[in-house]
Amino acid sequence: MSWVRITIPENIPLREGRAVRVGGEEIAVFNLGGRFLAVENRCPHKGGPLADGIVSGGTVVCPLHNWKICLENGAVTKPAGESCGVATYATRLEDGVIWIELRGEQEAAA
Amino acid sequence: MEELIVVGNGMAGVACVEQILKHAPKFHITIFGEETHVNYNRILLSSVLAGEKEADEIALNSLEWYQKHGITLRLGVRIVDVDPVLKTVTGDDGSVTSFDKLLLATGSTPFVPPIDGVEKEGVYTFRNLDDARALVEQAQPGRKAAVIGGGLLGLEAARGLQVRGCDVTVVHLLDTLMNMQLDATGGRYLEAKMQQLGVRVLLNRITTRVLGESRAEGLEFRGGERIEADLVVIAAGIRPNAHLGKKAGLKVNRGIVVNDYLETSHPDIFAVGECVEHRGVVYGLVAPLVEQGKVLAATITGNRGPQFQGAQPAAKLKIMGVDVFSAGQVMESDGVEVVRYEDPAMGIYQKLLCRENKLVGVVLVGDAGDSHRYVDWLRSGADLAGKRRHLLFPEPAADGGLDAAQMPDSDTVCGCMGVTKGAIISAIHEKGLNTLAQLKECTRASTGCGSCTNLCQQLLRAVAPDFEEDKKKVLCGCVPFTQENLREMVRTQRLRSVQEILEIYGNGAGCEICKPALSYMVDMVWCGDHEEDRSARFINDRVHANIQRDGTFSVVPRMRGGVTTPAELRRIADVAEKYHVRMVKVTGSQRIDLLGVKKSDLPKIWADLGMPSGQAYTKGVRMVKTCVGTEFCRFGTQDSIHAGVELERRLENLYTPHKVKMGAVGCPRNCAEATVKDIGLVGQEGSWQVVVGGAAGKHVRKADLLITVETTPEALEAAELFFQYYREHANYLERTYDFVERLGIEKVRKETVYAPEPVKQALRERLSKAKALSRDAWLEREEPVHPTQFVQIQPLEEVLV
Repeated sequence: MSWVRITIPENIPLREGRAVRVGGEEIAVFNLGGRFLAVENRCPHKGGPLADGIVSGGTVVCPLHNWKICLENGAVTKPAGESCGVATYATRLEDGVIWIELRGEQEAAA
Repeated sequence: MEELIVVGNGMAGVACVEQILKHAPKFHITIFGEETHVNYNRILLSSVLAGEKEADEIALNSLEWYQKHGITLRLGVRIVDVDPVLKTVTGDDGSVTSFDKLLLATGSTPFVPPIDGVEKEGVYTFRNLDDARALVEQAQPGRKAAVIGGGLLGLEAARGLQVRGCDVTVVHLLDTLMNMQLDATGGRYLEAKMQQLGVRVLLNRITTRVLGESRAEGLEFRGGERIEADLVVIAAGIRPNAHLGKKAGLKVNRGIVVNDYLETSHPDIFAVGECVEHRGVVYGLVAPLVEQGKVLAATITGNRGPQFQGAQPAAKLKIMGVDVFSAGQVMESDGVEVVRYEDPAMGIYQKLLCRENKLVGVVLVGDAGDSHRYVDWLRSGADLAGKRRHLLFPEPAADGGLDAAQMPDSDTVCGCMGVTKGAIISAIHEKGLNTLAQLKECTRASTGCGSCTNLCQQLLRAVAPDFEEDKKKVLCGCVPFTQENLREMVRTQRLRSVQEILEIYGNGAGCEICKPALSYMVDMVWCGDHEEDRSARFINDRVHANIQRDGTFSVVPRMRGGVTTPAELRRIADVAEKYHVRMVKVTGSQRIDLLGVKKSDLPKIWADLGMPSGQAYTKGVRMVKTCVGTEFCRFGTQDSIHAGVELERRLENLYTPHKVKMGAVGCPRNCAEATVKDIGLVGQEGSWQVVVGGAAGKHVRKADLLITVETTPEALEAAELFFQYYREHANYLERTYDFVERLGIEKVRKETVYAPEPVKQALRERLSKAKALSRDAWLEREEPVHPTQFVQIQPLEEVLV
């Protein structure tokens, strides 16, 4: 487990997402107005780039086939009844920088 | 079974037969028709001439209908004799047929005034489908046509010839056009409208001679004045066809005399329609004839009782953009009060004639939208004392303008076929009707001039349980209003951003359905002077490229009219190699698609291409597909390339409710398929047809004719008017073909190309304002709306895996 400095908040426009590749993972970071949420940038349906989706409240809609993913817990909320989901990442804002917590074996380079 | 013979297969005769069938008669019916067509809507002949309808679209009864009802149909047989004693009719084919009951519905024939040389080639009457077809054939662009007679039919014929490119003059005997229906002022307004449309009007002219050897070359009037004309149409009125009545020994004055039960002087012979004279009046318009048919149907089937007590004359001119309606008394007289409204700039003249607080006459020129209200006041003799403040301006409707709801059941909805609101509503309930087509079939409402279509639809909408047009559909759960309401809210509440709308009228969040729709709406309503919020746009409209299944993008540069240059092609080839474009493909829209491009490469590719965005990724102006036209093609009659390129240039970079694909072709061979495009320009010798609402996708739809114009600038302007009207009135994601079908082409025409000049001017102004604020989206390569619009974010620290 490690916290990684990702980018300054200004780089992610309000109610939009941006993709960032870090530690071998592609992560979509969203700006929900003072709150930043991060999920795996890969729709469980056909692998669509969630960072390019339209934000709808606390969810994002995949641009390929309109699957809807909850940004809080990574669950698919549309279509109903799908049990799959995407990984979520904890985030925090510190020193004017967005941080993301990576799981597993990665470690920050010095 | 008794033998009923009907002589005449026209609207009045067949309408009467339809009514007879409702009485479940004990007749075997034989219908003789002199024309070789099934019963068609004669009122729409001028629409056929004007190219607004095809000949086969105006049929009212199919051959199957005759068969289904066991009717023997004998077409192409003219009945030449009636024997009232032996009770037989004789046809011009020598056939003799016996009858128990005979119904004469022989209609009328055109009146041809005594003019020298009317037998010359090039002189036509305009009365039946064959006449219409002959005129369509003859009406070549550039021909000089003269129409003798400035009445209803003459004016309609004139406009028909004119849209086909003829140079048309209407010659009228008196000093007022439509003098049977209009007063002098109304006539002047109408004259101005006709002149505005490009039809020349000559009043107070008595035609004495058709000039020319064997072919018509011109007309000469009393006093010696002459005009050139190689096509002459006589529309100087009609005369009842009463000669069979005479042969049958019936009482005949101008027409076959009938009483209030439509009985003639022979107990087994009846007559209906234009051949009939009732209380000294011969009717030539469809509504009273249908009324007569209903009465006669009761009489002839042994249900004698209903009476025809005469009808107020009522007439409507069917020229798109020239609204004229007149009913009842037209001229002022003692004891009659006149309420008048005039607006010369809008070309509107309205006059009501009242006697003792009752309406006795109405004349409407320029705006006849409320005619049904006045017809009902006329018919019912309603006391207008309480309405005097609002006579010409309807009181605001209580519930959002659904004025059908306010009509009493006894009010007539379809004036042509005499169908009341009550009859329509009970038909909807009893027969379970859900579509306009079913309603037409079952009640005949809206099968005449078609002006009550909207009312019929309102009634279906209000009453039919499963009405198929789901017009009240709200945009989505986030903002539960119809798009029409939302457009109004945006406009009146001066909302300029998507988020504002969502916060004031919605749940504040929005979704993938409403956000792009609202984005379109604020852009459209404020003509580009809105607060653009890219987060509410689909990814394609954030990066101006089309997202593909693997998350890469495709790039289609604009190539106006499908015309490119060697230099452009070289740059496209270089870009494709430099950025390892996975596939280069020629699209169906005469453009080149570069597929498999990374988002971060987009700005660089656009810069290298040096070409504008083709908007292939958005609900916007795609392209104008063209054929080579007169520039190269040996068959071309119009310069389709330059027209197409110019059209694309004028509309490009604008957003639309759905994608807009256009086409321009130089001749009717239609090589660039303009008739299945959203907007098409179809060139022909001397004119352009502007067509709209075509489709060649999931379903195929031939575009409707919007207007025929002579010059390229006029064609472009007509296309622009439609384009802006579509932008303003279509729902988001509604293609033009659904839009045109929902509104009806008549309404679209009336509110665009045939709208009053100030309305057109306003459409043009909003379009040019939007156009002025629009720009090539690919210029964002130099000024991105956000620093990370195209770039992939790099983390501030690297992480080792």
